[in-house]
Amino acid sequence: MEHGTNRREFLKLTGAAAVGIGCGVPILAALAKEGGKAGPGAEAKGPRWVMVVDTRKCRHADGCRECIDACHRAHNVPDIGTEKEEVKWIWKESFEKAFPSQEGEYLMEELRGMPTPLLCNHCENPPCVRVCPTQSTWKREDGVVMMDMHRCIGCRYCIVACPYGSRSFNWRDPRPYLEEIDPGYPTRTKGVVEKCNFCADRMARGIMTPACVEKCPEGALVFGDIRDPESEVRKILREKYTLRRKVSLGTDPHVFYVL
Amino acid sequence: MYDKGKIITGIVVFLLLVLFPVWYSALAGRTGHVPDPVISKSAGDRCVEPAEYMRSSHMDLLDAWRDDYVRHGGRAHVAPDGTRYEKSLVNTCLRCHDNKSEFCDRCHDYLGAKPICWDCHVVVERGR
Repeated sequence: MEHGTNRREFLKLTGAAAVGIGCGVPILAALAKEGGKAGPGAEAKGPRWVMVVDTRKCRHADGCRECIDACHRAHNVPDIGTEKEEVKWIWKESFEKAFPSQEGEYLMEELRGMPTPLLCNHCENPPCVRVCPTQSTWKREDGVVMMDMHRCIGCRYCIVACPYGSRSFNWRDPRPYLEEIDPGYPTRTKGVVEKCNFCADRMARGIMTPACVEKCPEGALVFGDIRDPESEVRKILREKYTLRRKVSLGTDPHVFYVL
Repeated sequence: MYDKGKIITGIVVFLLLVLFPVWYSALAGRTGHVPDPVISKSAGDRCVEPAEYMRSSHMDLLDAWRDDYVRHGGRAHVAPDGTRYEKSLVNTCLRCHDNKSEFCDRCHDYLGAKPICWDCHVVVERGR
């Protein structure tokens, strides 16, 4: 009798131990990993680039296209002329279209129809990157969602995935639609997708201000490192109320709008 | 054999047509033709790697540069003599070899190689 109980106890213990090791170790490992995190971005190294758009400064400059022209000149973005085949890196859209969840009958008068500069949001969780079958778009350590035109096969999954309409497809050779070609930056070819790259090309040359930010006459665009607590962008985010586009989708966009 | 005349004439015509490249270049005296790319040394006479290596493997070097620059942020190429160059087709290679039509194209055309680099990368030729 006593002997049988022992065996029963032994089997129970062995089973419990197996379950414990099987489930416990991964949980402990996950907890240990979680515990090491002091705050958002604390374990990350180096900068994380973001943009802050002060719409209060921008909205008074009616019809201004300085940022758009500067960007499109610097990156050889063509002006195709039709909406269907339009290629754009930064553009303006009415406030209601940029922030559809804010739209309503009693929307602040000044915001209704306000031209709002839009660009790639360089999401922390970019859906375009998840769907790209060739990894020709990917997120860099510094938060820039990059494009590798050499790998793009033109499947346009990323265009469908992006909830911000930030990506354009080259339906035709863009060169005939460029007034002037800047040889310092490649053009694109028929059949690839393109979008804002936060001026990664300028950063590579040590110019830490994107072309749009540099040319904005109102100083409405601010670019900086969100991991640096002393940066200009962090100062603005601390002091002013900002909106981001379609946050509820979980993409964690990194372009902020001061209203 | 029936239709001997027609068949033999047909074969001769066929061979003449098929061998057109051979007899045409033989008649033109160009059988030993090799391309003669013109080296422009407008920015010095040293390349990023020895000429022998560049001649045989410049395409591999450019592929490696492309991947490293675009995907891994590798900006600088260190030449055997220690000189540092930016890994850039337009800003490094073409700055010196500023005569694509006389340099790149001559061999590429001869070999029927059609590199797609120029679909996007902008060629700046000397004097233009």
